[in-house]
Amino acid sequence: MELLTNQILAGIATGSIYACMALSVVMIYQAIDHLNFAQGEMATFSAFVAWQLMQWGIPFWPCFVLTVIISFAAGVAIERGLFRPLAKASVLTNVAGFIALFAIVNSVTGMTWDYTIKEFPSPFGSSQFLRSELINSHQAGMIGVTSLLLAFLYCFLGFTKVGLAMRAAVSTPESAKLVGINVGWMVALGWGLASSIGAVAGMLIAPVVFLEPNMMGGILVYGFAGAVLGGLSSPAGAVLGGILVGVFENLIGTYVPGAGNELKLPIALALIILVLRFRPDGLFGRNVVERV
Amino acid sequence: MTTIPQTTLTSAATGKRSGILRQASSILVLLFLVLFPLAATNFVTFQITMLLVYAIAILALNILTGGSGQFSLGQSAFFAIGAYTSAVLVEHGGVNYLLTLPIAAAVCFVIGFLFGLPALRLSGVYLALATFALATAMPQLLKLHYFDPWTGGVQGLVTSKPDAPFGLPISPDTWLYYLTLAFSLAIYAAAANLLSSRTGRAMMAIRDNEIAASAMGVDTALYKTLAFGISAAITGIAGALGAIAVQFVAPDGYTFQLSIALFLGMVVGGVGWLPGSIAGSAFIVFVPNIAESISKGLSGAVFGVLILLVIFVIPRGARQIAEFLQATIEGKRGGA
Repeated sequence: MELLTNQILAGIATGSIYACMALSVVMIYQAIDHLNFAQGEMATFSAFVAWQLMQWGIPFWPCFVLTVIISFAAGVAIERGLFRPLAKASVLTNVAGFIALFAIVNSVTGMTWDYTIKEFPSPFGSSQFLRSELINSHQAGMIGVTSLLLAFLYCFLGFTKVGLAMRAAVSTPESAKLVGINVGWMVALGWGLASSIGAVAGMLIAPVVFLEPNMMGGILVYGFAGAVLGGLSSPAGAVLGGILVGVFENLIGTYVPGAGNELKLPIALALIILVLRFRPDGLFGRNVVERV
Repeated sequence: MTTIPQTTLTSAATGKRSGILRQASSILVLLFLVLFPLAATNFVTFQITMLLVYAIAILALNILTGGSGQFSLGQSAFFAIGAYTSAVLVEHGGVNYLLTLPIAAAVCFVIGFLFGLPALRLSGVYLALATFALATAMPQLLKLHYFDPWTGGVQGLVTSKPDAPFGLPISPDTWLYYLTLAFSLAIYAAAANLLSSRTGRAMMAIRDNEIAASAMGVDTALYKTLAFGISAAITGIAGALGAIAVQFVAPDGYTFQLSIALFLGMVVGGVGWLPGSIAGSAFIVFVPNIAESISKGLSGAVFGVLILLVIFVIPRGARQIAEFLQATIEGKRGGA
């Protein structure tokens, strides 16, 4: 029983990271109807920025805030510079654009900070949380920070004027324009937010998986699995999907013999295919009906 | 003023002339491909063999994307399956390497068809997502320790290079080159025929407007899955030929980077334009070397920047350049 609780809690901890990735993927998907394949590489880049700032002697939390701000600016810049001109282009062109972004960010990260594995400090340490045997303090910290982030986003999107404008711009861009909302900038804002959320995920998972240019590759696949499970049209669903995927992954790893680390990605792949096959809209998504 | 009658004149003659131009350039390319090994070193021959191998893989992607309008970021996975099928059969089954090619195609067709089944209900974005996950997961699948006795795990498998048959006085590299060339030509002809057949037209109808196509009685689910399966099968042949030529397969040779390269090759060559496959392939074989010489380690970024350049400046890739050249040549003749 203790093992089960332990594994579920650990699953929620890594699941909260998948939830962040799923959420950033869904935010961009909602804004421009495309999946950001470079989301993981952007998050890795952010984590490296934080690492670099810490190497220069800045303490963790100021680094954290600075990195979130830098990532926000970078996200907005990428939207303005690269994807805004592609807004009217075909799906293929957009996929090519994301692939290009993936290759560039990955390669620049590797060039700047090289491919050796780096240790990333955890602000929470790795002792037992509240002297319980169930969960360590970094895992508790991941859950805590993610919860704070989600609460902030919920309030921002639900109760502020800008948040309302963002939702309007996403759900009906034409009408939003007519009531004076600057839809273009709302999309850029969505990119900035997504990039910041990714940065938080990157900084929280880096102490667990160690910092290297390809660290987010697998995590992004899990983020996708979470987003698909929850439904690409539902931010709350994506978060829940991400957490479910985390728990699911841990339970399979513990209770199915032979399905340890080496089956991680194949499990995520199987999950994506199963959900797409039997419930393409995800658990919480709504069915989008196309007008002919 | 005088230009108006001239343009009408040239446009009347354009059909015939561009046909001749096209034939002449294809014959030139073909002659070059057939004759060059006589003057080249083994290494260059090997490189051109790999160029043809990637050209086949890009052609496969072109059938899928250019033909039926679906996306795949998972071509590296089918390439890997083809390569492993061939290597495992040769090493452990003692099967003749030539026989492994159709087997690799069949295996990849079945897996592609089954993988494409969920695609029946999915739009492009979801398919891109599922294939992205497939490409990322494939190296890990190949490393699974259950398959170790056959696949050799992380180390991979080393195979031996086949000699030329019937005692032909050519080196193994040259023989493999001609073998690959023969397969490339056959697949190219088959693909061109496929696209202009009833099946191909059904696929293109789906590409242009899926709802309209289904309203006209095209079985969209069948043709979409079929396109996926055919594309996977051809990619599998490319993978098998590649494995025979390189004599080595390992899980980390077939990562998502390979999918990116194939995708880039298609975009550079021009989506849906079959001759572009070879231009795109030349691009992905030779440009990394050049990029590496500019800055080691930054080749990914050079790749990325080139993709952006292509989609912003020449969105139709090599096709646009070819059409531009053709127009210039004809323009000169028309003016003379």
